[in-house]
Amino acid sequence: MAEAVVHGHDQVAATHAASATAIAQTDAHQEHPIKLYLVVWGWLFILSTGSYLVDYFGLQGLLRWSLIIAFMLLKAGLIVAVFMHMAWERLALAYAIIVPPVLVLVFVTMMVLESNYTLLTRLTFFGHGP
Amino acid sequence: MAETTLTSIGTVRPDGLRGVAADWASDQRAFKNVSWGKAMMWIFLLSDTFIFGCFLLSYMTARMSTREPWPNPSEVFALNIGGTEIPLILIAIMTFVLISSSGTMAMAVNFGYRRNRKKTALLMLATAALGATFVCMQGFEWTKLILEGVRPWSNPWGAAQFGSSFFMITGFHGTHVTIGVIFLLITARKAWRGDFDVGRRGFFTGRRGTYENVEIMGLYWHFVDLVWVFIFAFFYLW
Repeated sequence: MAEAVVHGHDQVAATHAASATAIAQTDAHQEHPIKLYLVVWGWLFILSTGSYLVDYFGLQGLLRWSLIIAFMLLKAGLIVAVFMHMAWERLALAYAIIVPPVLVLVFVTMMVLESNYTLLTRLTFFGHGP
Repeated sequence: MAETTLTSIGTVRPDGLRGVAADWASDQRAFKNVSWGKAMMWIFLLSDTFIFGCFLLSYMTARMSTREPWPNPSEVFALNIGGTEIPLILIAIMTFVLISSSGTMAMAVNFGYRRNRKKTALLMLATAALGATFVCMQGFEWTKLILEGVRPWSNPWGAAQFGSSFFMITGFHGTHVTIGVIFLLITARKAWRGDFDVGRRGFFTGRRGTYENVEIMGLYWHFVDLVWVFIFAFFYLW
């Protein structure tokens, strides 16, 4: 009986040691050189300047939209991947956070159809804009 | 004990899709090496993504379905500097200010994990200052537009929905920035005082403070910057 208790104590101690290591492990987060953040910062400046210049030079049509979207996605990707450390998280977290917003695109499709219909009825019943 | 589920000593976790399946099917916690505080902040940010997603969607719907011409943001947000109209210049400066604040925040998190109390606090204060600058510039922008006659129900240039979309989207974003600045100041004070070195208990939850608090604060702040990237692209540039 006493032996069992001692054994139990050992186990508790072992568990404690293990959880201490576990905490130390969670605490072992990503440490990267400051240079990485400065480089990303520089890229964000370059990309923002790029998207501003799209407007400054008054590019229009498909070129404008594709450039805006490209700069936007690159900036968003850099912020999420490096600044928010998503690049170093386990995929279980990354997928749980990044996949659901993609479903918003389904909503976008629905609303594009809906607004085209609304515009059609408005043009039909009220005529062209004032 | 909650912590024991954290242990991965001796067990090698698979990577890739197999790892996703293993983590989610482990019948324990799904996010293996992430603390609850961090996981919860990520989940909150996911829900916030949907909120801003819905705002941008409603703006898209309003803009696509109106018969009236949409005001040209390039002209509406132009500033007259030295006698020449520079398109969108204020918004561009605001973008750079917010990106810079994200940069200082990322470095604050880094110095936090190096347990450099002072640099962490100072970089967070710099972040808060840049954030406050952003809010002030937004206040200037709102004042200018309101004086020019922009209202949620009308404006001098075209579709009435322009005003409502503008005030709702930028107002909600500005609120997020303001809340962020307040919490940055609180967290910076804690870092400066050494709360995260000694594990002092917080006033609200009573949990021990660690430098991970800085990273969680950082996640929120980077998200605010992230939302601005989308607003900048869809509302101001489109």
